[in-house]
Amino acid sequence: MGRLENIYRLGVKELFSLRRDNVMLILIVWAFSLSIYTAATGLSHDLRNGSIAIVDQDRSQLSTRIRQAFLPPYFRKPELISFDRIDPAMNAREYTFVVVIPGNFESDILAGRHPTVQINIDATAMMQAGIGNGYINAILLQEIDRFVGSGTPRPPPAVELRSRYAFNPNVESAWFTGIMQVIQQITMLSIILSGAALIREREHGTLEHLLVMPLTPLEIMMAKVWANGLVILVATGLSMALVVELLLQVPIAGSRLLFLAGTASYLFFSTALGIFLGTIARSMPQFGLLFMLVVLPMNLLSGANTPLESQPELLQTIMQAAPPTHFVSFAQAILNRGAGFDIVWPQFALVVAIGGIFFAFAAARVRKSLTVAHV
Amino acid sequence: MTKDEQTAASLQAVSHRYGETVALDDVTLALPAGGMVGVIGPDGVGKSTLLGLVAGARKIQSGTVNVLDGDIADDKHRKRVCPRIAYMPQGLGKNLYMDLTVFENLEFFGRLFGQDRAERRRRISQLLKSTGLDPFPNRQAGKLSGGMKQKLGLCCALIHDPDLLILDEPTTGVDPLSRRQFWDLIDSIRKQRPGMGVLVSTAYMDEAERFDYLVAMNSGAVLATGSAADIKRGVGAETLEDAFVKLLPETDGRERKSFEIPARPVHDGAPAITAQGLTRRFGKFTAVDNVSFEIERGEIFGFLGSNGCGKTTTMKMLTGLLPATSGKAWLFGEETKASDLETRKRVGYMSQSFSLYTELTVAQNLDLHARLFHLPRHRIPDRIDDLIARFGLADYVDDLAEKLPLGVRQRLSLAVAVIHEPEMLILDEPTSGVDPVARDMFWELLIDLSRNQGVTIFISTHFMNEAERCDRISLMHAGLVLADGTPAELMRRRSVETLEDAFIAYLQEADSEPAPTESLTDAAAQNGKAAPPRDGFSLRRLMAYCRRETMEISRDPIRLAFAVLGTAILMIVFGYGITFDVENLRYAAFDQDQTPESRTYLEGFAGSRYFLRGAPISSHAEMDLRLQSGDITLAIEIPPGFGKALLQGRSPAVSARIDGAMPFRAETIRGYVEGLHQRYLDDLSRDSIGLPPVLPLAAIEPRFKYNQDFKSVFAMVPSTIALLLMQIPAILIALGVVREKELGSITNLYVTPVTRLEFLLGKQLPYIAIALINFFILVAMALFLFEVPIKGSFAALCLGAALFVSASTGVGLLISAFTRTQIAALFGTAIATIVPSILFSGMMQPVSSLEGGAAFTGKIIPTTYFMNISVGTFTKGLGFRDLSTEFIALLIFLPILTALSVILLKKQEP
Repeated sequence: MGRLENIYRLGVKELFSLRRDNVMLILIVWAFSLSIYTAATGLSHDLRNGSIAIVDQDRSQLSTRIRQAFLPPYFRKPELISFDRIDPAMNAREYTFVVVIPGNFESDILAGRHPTVQINIDATAMMQAGIGNGYINAILLQEIDRFVGSGTPRPPPAVELRSRYAFNPNVESAWFTGIMQVIQQITMLSIILSGAALIREREHGTLEHLLVMPLTPLEIMMAKVWANGLVILVATGLSMALVVELLLQVPIAGSRLLFLAGTASYLFFSTALGIFLGTIARSMPQFGLLFMLVVLPMNLLSGANTPLESQPELLQTIMQAAPPTHFVSFAQAILNRGAGFDIVWPQFALVVAIGGIFFAFAAARVRKSLTVAHV
Repeated sequence: MTKDEQTAASLQAVSHRYGETVALDDVTLALPAGGMVGVIGPDGVGKSTLLGLVAGARKIQSGTVNVLDGDIADDKHRKRVCPRIAYMPQGLGKNLYMDLTVFENLEFFGRLFGQDRAERRRRISQLLKSTGLDPFPNRQAGKLSGGMKQKLGLCCALIHDPDLLILDEPTTGVDPLSRRQFWDLIDSIRKQRPGMGVLVSTAYMDEAERFDYLVAMNSGAVLATGSAADIKRGVGAETLEDAFVKLLPETDGRERKSFEIPARPVHDGAPAITAQGLTRRFGKFTAVDNVSFEIERGEIFGFLGSNGCGKTTTMKMLTGLLPATSGKAWLFGEETKASDLETRKRVGYMSQSFSLYTELTVAQNLDLHARLFHLPRHRIPDRIDDLIARFGLADYVDDLAEKLPLGVRQRLSLAVAVIHEPEMLILDEPTSGVDPVARDMFWELLIDLSRNQGVTIFISTHFMNEAERCDRISLMHAGLVLADGTPAELMRRRSVETLEDAFIAYLQEADSEPAPTESLTDAAAQNGKAAPPRDGFSLRRLMAYCRRETMEISRDPIRLAFAVLGTAILMIVFGYGITFDVENLRYAAFDQDQTPESRTYLEGFAGSRYFLRGAPISSHAEMDLRLQSGDITLAIEIPPGFGKALLQGRSPAVSARIDGAMPFRAETIRGYVEGLHQRYLDDLSRDSIGLPPVLPLAAIEPRFKYNQDFKSVFAMVPSTIALLLMQIPAILIALGVVREKELGSITNLYVTPVTRLEFLLGKQLPYIAIALINFFILVAMALFLFEVPIKGSFAALCLGAALFVSASTGVGLLISAFTRTQIAALFGTAIATIVPSILFSGMMQPVSSLEGGAAFTGKIIPTTYFMNISVGTFTKGLGFRDLSTEFIALLIFLPILTALSVILLKKQEP
């Protein structure tokens, strides 16, 4: 009873302290609003404004039609260049795609001589090259078909393929990035918040003051965990409702409550990690450097940015031990794919289990480092 | 020169404020030349501001300050006189570099004043001998005792023979023997150089008696000026401290209450505290060495000693904050243990820093602590009211603790410490920095607690007059208790008049500080007048900063590790983490046909290198479920009757359901699926049906230039090198500059002849070297770990890297001009370098696809250009000629970045 009251009192104190910390408040608001919005709308994973040039050695009606078929927002207006400009221009990254239409193209098509169109693709532009190739292919075939087409209908293929995207029919990248940004901000902010809270108390000398009172290190840690976790949880809820759903118009497929419950259990891990880092770092700058070396990799490799299954196997195995991976996984399942608890419970269990083990480890470390405080 | 030989400095209507706090309020003052001028007053009254303004370290906000016959606000004059002024800021060794040795510190200052090697060596050896530091030229400044740090600071200030020596609280926190030695040293310097003026501030009233001329200050205003005797006579006081109290406006010249400490009633029973052989070591350093004592109940027991002598460590061992290396302590007869919560309820503790929650109000602080000590709920309001009344906090109940005056904050701290009515109080330097009146009030409270409530008080202090009020004291020095007893006993034992003399006598017996081996008089006689430092650019000063920075980094393990290992770790993470390869995709088939035809269709997927087959699906519900759970990312559904329809030429439809949750991956999967489908159709028409395939009207031949296999690593690894060489060097150098601002050594930029350009370039060079080392590590990782070969010109890559890291360190310097704390510099630089580099430099989307502001940003950040060089030389096989635009662009950044940094860096503290 007394212990719970201590934890409650100390946590309330944390909230008061945070209310006075303008820099931290601005950081939280920015991270959960503007930063999510710009990332979701700014960096599109689709093909946008692909820069394209055409070497037109045919100068026919067909080649002109093809040139006019590349339209925004997928492509910039194609530029006409000469053949010997291809290499220097692509070396300088002026164009990502250069289409070469050979001489006599139109007449060869009409005569059924199957001429070849070459597409030069800068394959170092990883995000555009593959998808762009598909688009250009489709546009070329369509224009040629249309040009020749009107007379002879082509026979249907032997087997038809109907591809459909589940959960995100128009593959809108904001649906993915918006939510994944929230997830990554949860990890980053909860770690910064709890770690900085510990270091600040140590720098102000209030920590040793707490330690000479009838309080245990575990109580001190628990207070920071619940108070800072609560702040992040509330920020997450608001951000999901206002930024993700209202502003970015991302439909939420599954239960919001289930997601918040999962977030709450994840926060036990992330705040404990923040406190753990806070015990290792001797000053704020050191904490910052540690933060970069720990949190950046964790976020980047969690599957929130790039597909997990493309990583080397060893890395994938290692990342299985990191709760953010499972957090990302169940967040995608619940929010994007509408999964229920019956589906995501294994990830929940893993987050709670790994989080619990780490929490116990961090608590032991806190007890040790706080009682042996070389403050 | 003839204008006024009699004043070294004069202030005319000078005001200075920090935000809303007024530090100096319309001060007009003339400081006589050639003598020793002391500025006295407690902490926070504006002494440091005054000295900083005279030294030219602070920018003048309003009023005029004339120093050495010229307006110090005039940059030309300031530049001219700056070599004639020496300034030692407040704080032990604030102008020193703690990671450098004694000798290296002195060398650095010698170089800043343009002395050549022979001259430097001569001066350094003289200064070391005359201050008694000569046995330790190779000891790190951070490992010197407080007194020795101050002597070293003085050496550094004297290395260029200044005409005006400005010392800001040079003896605060230093033991009395060192203090005495310090003043003797100053005296002997003044004898040798009678023309030199000394301007000094101090919070110790007793040492102010020896100054020629005094300026007494309180809350930003001058209370009185004149010799010590004049001031005392003016208000009719015996001591300077009494005189000061009488001068304070709030006391209105009333008589200061003389201190009556009632005799202590005799307690019998067990002692409150017993310590036996307490010892604490930190590594090799012994902070507390075999300390034993006993404190009786109700006694006021004092620990007297300098900063760092082990007082705080001993107290922490008693409170259980720190386990003892050996020895034992008992509180109320029970052995102290860290986990013992019950004993803690009987103890109140107040630490040096007043440890309050500054962001809570007075009432909130009291309430929080009352509740944490589990006072019965109904008693809390009464108890708080009682304390507010007794400790004079009524006017401040709803004020934030950070806004309180120091004296009030101290009383609040005490109130918080006694809220649970402890039987014992442990107070660690509770009165440092507060004025004499507030200190007296504080002691009245302590005496009341001790005598009327029987509270045992264990207090540490470095003020002699406070120690005199204790029932018994221990003299501590360098971890040892030199002696203990009542103050009177201690004086009697050494047959001296004052406690200070007694302490000094004990210190001399312990013989810890080395005595000077040569007097400065002899030493300085050999010196000629220092040559005036050169105007304009000086390579020597630049190299002084460069050398120093290099030594500092090489001695800071965390920064060094981050500098070298940080990039390597992040390279692994980014290189593997940012991948646009889509492979190892799990798919499953829902084959409702189960005919040879349907199996043939599915064979294509099973054979693809992109896909991994999962267990077959048996129902629509299962398909949805497995897609939802992320078990599979693709489901191929073959309808019943597929084979039949195919054979009959009825063109059956296969459907592919792709998990769209990750759009980039989904679109790539669709491409793969369509490719496999097309191949199936081609094979089908050729093999099974035997018809020639329907050729498309035109063949489309994609050429994946530069990266035929279309593997992410070939693009991302070279890009990551660019990203990391932007980010890490920028962060390191920003930290390096802002660190000086935080630690205070930036003052050396303000008050020595070093120019901003020399300072910046000198700091930049070592980081360029580190960044280049990083570059080679990253290239080696790219070649051998990620197996990305360099197809183009390696020389071009190296030259590009050299230009680029010069630019990226320049960016770090630029950012450091805006930031004041290391944490802000760290996150500010990280965000300012990573975000634009990832979004706008062509790493993700080609710059040619960007529009508007994004496109503009892409053109004005250096990362874009090196990204082209790196990807170009690694993957595109390019050389110097192909990349000439990029090289020129990087070259243009360098002067612009440096010029901006120079303009933004202040040569004076605002």
